[in-house]
Amino acid sequence: MEDVERVFERMVREHQDRLFALGFALTGNRHDGEEVAQDALLRAYRALVTYSPERIHDLKQRAWLHRIAVNVARNRYRGTRPRLVELNGSEQDVAPGPEAVAMRTAEIDDVAASLAALPVRYREAVVLRFVQDLSYAEAADVLGQPVGTVKSNVHRALKILRGEDHDRADN
Amino acid sequence: MTALTTDLKRLGSLKAPAGFADRVLSQAAVGDSYAVFDTVLGPVYVAWNRHGVSAASRARSHAEFEEWFKREVGRPLRAATAPAELAARLGRELSGERTLRFDLRGLTEFEQSVLRKAKEIPRGQVRPYSWIAREIGHPAAVRAVGTALAHNPIPFFIPCHRVVRSDGVIGNYSAGGPEAKRDILMLEGVRLHKLQELARAGYRYEGVRSTKIYCYPTCHHARRALEKNVVWLHDAAEARKAGFRPCKVCRPEAAVAS
Repeated sequence: MEDVERVFERMVREHQDRLFALGFALTGNRHDGEEVAQDALLRAYRALVTYSPERIHDLKQRAWLHRIAVNVARNRYRGTRPRLVELNGSEQDVAPGPEAVAMRTAEIDDVAASLAALPVRYREAVVLRFVQDLSYAEAADVLGQPVGTVKSNVHRALKILRGEDHDRADN
Repeated sequence: MTALTTDLKRLGSLKAPAGFADRVLSQAAVGDSYAVFDTVLGPVYVAWNRHGVSAASRARSHAEFEEWFKREVGRPLRAATAPAELAARLGRELSGERTLRFDLRGLTEFEQSVLRKAKEIPRGQVRPYSWIAREIGHPAAVRAVGTALAHNPIPFFIPCHRVVRSDGVIGNYSAGGPEAKRDILMLEGVRLHKLQELARAGYRYEGVRSTKIYCYPTCHHARRALEKNVVWLHDAAEARKAGFRPCKVCRPEAAVAS
């Protein structure tokens, strides 16, 4: 029992930033992003306590947690239209990383908002590949899709984000 | 790299909000919480989790307690505000009630049985190390009993201070040395000077003529006896020779058919 608790604590501390960024990028706002990350970690814990020590040991934590978080996010926006980002400017609870300092909070929120406007399949692919920096193979594994599908979804997403998409026939 | 992918990468390098990890751990009920409680013994640090109270110490600071907990218990630990209900129960436990649940996971079977047995010693009474050893079925393991008590993670509440040497020496006490042990026993109403005087004279047991029963001197049956009926005894053999049988409550020797 103690061992699972210690494994989980390490997991939370190691992956919290990554999962928060993932939730933020998938939902389009910080508040929902935090909830997705928290929900994903709690689900992970409930699963972990049922696993054998060998299974816990062999777990590829990063891919596993990404898969859970993507599912949590899907359950949230299933049936709801992508939300537009809340630009209320009160973001003191966010501790910016060294790279993020250079970029103003509002600009990051804009990026997240433009991702939120993408169709889900494009959004998931581009977020995993470019926000989370997974390889195409890893992203395909997380999404349970062929690598080719992920690649074409990523390219499609980039095209829309760059405003080069003139024949949108999605959804 | 294009500006777009740089922006996406920056989004990915965001940090989770402050306190996020602790909130998740507390939601999952992982690990232990702790707070400082005001007690008759002064401020005491107490840690607890969903299994019960898991540790106690008179640390001088949060940092000292956290350090000690990490070394002794090793689970995640976070500071919390002291729940009023737990504060009340801790107070009642120190005045002799026994309602607290304790989390002894992580201790060996032997250590757990030693601590559970120590918990049976009523407030205001003491027992020798050998009594615990015998009661838990390891009569020869007196030293190991001492070691297990020395590593009691929940002193004061699991009353390891009520276990003393039968020669009257107070014995060591991990939660503040012999002085602290003496103070707590006196606070609980043990007449320590009398007890040590008797022990030094070689007297271990108190026989009561009117009932023909002999006890540990702090057993409440022994204390109820009239002074004129009391006989001091050196050992079990002497007691039996004088026609006394062991008390069934404090059990001064291994269960004997009466």
